[in-house]
Amino acid sequence: MRILVALSGGVDSSVAAALLVADGHEVVAVTLRLWGGPSDQGCCSVSDVEDARRAAAQLGIEHHVFDFAERFEQQVVEPYVADHAAGRTPNPCVECNRHLKFDALLERADLLGFDALATGHHARIVSVDGRRHVARATDTAKDQSYVLHPLVAPATDRVLFPVGGLTKAQVRERAGELGLRTAHKPDSQDTCFITASGGREAFLSPRTDLHPGEIVDVDGAPVGRVDAVELVTLGQRRGLSLAGGGDRRYVVDVDVAGRRVVVGPPERLQRTRVDLRGVRWNGPVPGDEVSVQTSAHGTAEPATITDVDIDAGRATVRWVRSRPLVAPGQSVVVYRDDIVLGGGTAERST
Amino acid sequence: MEPFLTDRYGNPSGAHATARDAVRALDEAREQVAEHLGCAPGEVVFTSGGTEADVHAVSGGLPPRSGVPICPSTEHHAVLATVDVLGGTVLSVDRAGRIDLDDLRTRLAWLRTAATEETGPGPSVVSVMLANNELGTINDLDAVADVLADVAPGVPLHTDAVQAAPWLDVRERAAAADMVSISAHKFGGPRGSGVLVVRDRVDIAPLLHGGGQERGRRSGTVDVAGAVGLAAALAVTVADRRATAERVAGLRNDLLSRITAAPFAVRSTLGATGWPPPSGDDPDEVLPNFAHVLVADVDPEPLMFLLDAAGVRASSASSCSSGALRPSHVLSAIAAAGAGVEGAALRLTLGPETTADDVDHAVAALQAVIGRLRQHRSNPVVPGVAPDGSVPAVPTAGGTAVASGAGHS
Repeated sequence: MRILVALSGGVDSSVAAALLVADGHEVVAVTLRLWGGPSDQGCCSVSDVEDARRAAAQLGIEHHVFDFAERFEQQVVEPYVADHAAGRTPNPCVECNRHLKFDALLERADLLGFDALATGHHARIVSVDGRRHVARATDTAKDQSYVLHPLVAPATDRVLFPVGGLTKAQVRERAGELGLRTAHKPDSQDTCFITASGGREAFLSPRTDLHPGEIVDVDGAPVGRVDAVELVTLGQRRGLSLAGGGDRRYVVDVDVAGRRVVVGPPERLQRTRVDLRGVRWNGPVPGDEVSVQTSAHGTAEPATITDVDIDAGRATVRWVRSRPLVAPGQSVVVYRDDIVLGGGTAERST
Repeated sequence: MEPFLTDRYGNPSGAHATARDAVRALDEAREQVAEHLGCAPGEVVFTSGGTEADVHAVSGGLPPRSGVPICPSTEHHAVLATVDVLGGTVLSVDRAGRIDLDDLRTRLAWLRTAATEETGPGPSVVSVMLANNELGTINDLDAVADVLADVAPGVPLHTDAVQAAPWLDVRERAAAADMVSISAHKFGGPRGSGVLVVRDRVDIAPLLHGGGQERGRRSGTVDVAGAVGLAAALAVTVADRRATAERVAGLRNDLLSRITAAPFAVRSTLGATGWPPPSGDDPDEVLPNFAHVLVADVDPEPLMFLLDAAGVRASSASSCSSGALRPSHVLSAIAAAGAGVEGAALRLTLGPETTADDVDHAVAALQAVIGRLRQHRSNPVVPGVAPDGSVPAVPTAGGTAVASGAGHS
């Protein structure tokens, strides 16, 4: 096959490309230029382009750079800023996968005559009744199926995750055997356009107004202040610097317009359902019990799906056991066993 | 130049026999360059390339020349960025990217007035490229010099002749310039070797201070092999220049007329029906090897990718350090002057060795690639679905069909 591999400059995509070359495919590498601003690591900095170029040279494959910075700004950064301004907690990696890697880049791969697009994600593609689904990686600790949930058939027919069946240790071992300079490169962890030194606040403050606010308890008594209500996440416990000791207190309500954060005991967070928007199903909507994951490294919990409106992209997750609420803006992904059936974005938990 | 990388290894700053051998080679190279550029040998400063020469000329060295440097908005980044760092003034251009002489006159006069009133520094230097590295359009330096003599006598004129050197008679065209930059890689010489001509009348401090080589204007052990290679390549280029330019202009005009004809719907950026080769008295002349076109309804990145795969090494706008395509400041500048620049910009340049077969191949490749991209746009493939088999295949045979002037000037 003629395969376009997205080479980020990290070890996973380097090995993904190596495996495809070893299998005898015609492989061309591309690094996406997504973000021109400050960045610690991730997919965007110049040093990562150099690492990708060197890895491609070591593998003897062509390397190109595609500039998707404008789309990234429009489809990832701007919604990220708008979500925060509205008090939501967005997941930009999901949006990048949705709009950049498996929409714009996949379309580009088609345009340029490639049979498939490969990335270094830790996930697998599994066929169920002839339909190809994203599924959890062999290395469950590194599993990225959650952030890949917008990828559904027929796009899955043309996507490959060559390292999804390997553990991270195996990936590094393979990279070492090949002498790839990315073999010992640390994993990227955080949002590529947020720097460790500046954090979300330094990124958002030039782009949107951040407002200080009051922290009150459930009876309305003031217990502290926050610098930016827009950066407070529903369910958050740490980082509020509340006065006094006492019981653990969590953010149970955020009123951005009223500049007010309410904290309370954990039982105040318990919910039995969450409404979703922007839902995309890969195949039929499950009528029986499924497992549902609400954060990148969380565990999936049993639930059923109701109130489905496919055209409007709406659905409701009803938890088998009540559990803490899902912060609005977070991705909610529906699995059967290891297989992604669909997903959407959390709105209200009740 | 090869002996000077191996057996003839002398440092020309030394005094022994090996050093004298290197000095002699360097002196000969300097004389050759001086003859072809129309200056005295002592006015030739060997540099690490066009960028160093530009930065040195525009800044005036370290410390920088006092005053405000001036250049038009279509200059190479080596000039533009230096002007910017020094708080200089950027002039507007016409629709072909050439300096606006009225704007030059106005700004110079204003800066002169400001200086005499001690409210600000006067102009320090005017830098105007001989030929533009994206469009191939040519500035009339005699006319620029006339404005300077009239409004700001004594202010030096620098020209970046990097793109022009292989194709134009720099000796004649840049006679009015006080400083001239060229780079060897543009005419078959080694990369990393350039020259700044500094006429004796010009005050300039060294940019690189140290041992005082190059008559105190550029310290550092001189790259003898680079200088010898530059001089040899320049000599060959100059000897063949007239005949080569005429032949290449014919091929370029053929290429341009074929790709701007239906069904391509590709148009010449400069709008001319037939671009004349340089003659010296034609106001609309363009370098003989340049064809700059705009391709409607396609994205530049996939266009470049598929042309490259088909053996056509074109360029779109300027390339940046990470390899991705960036918007062109030259196209932005001519758009500000009213030129239409919609579509994917494509700079096709020919080399001295380009043949009629290469042009045929380029025309066929362009036809196939543009056809494919347009078809995709009007009937996009849904991600995940195999492309329609009727999409025309891109020819992959052949090597370099149209040799690019190789990116940067």
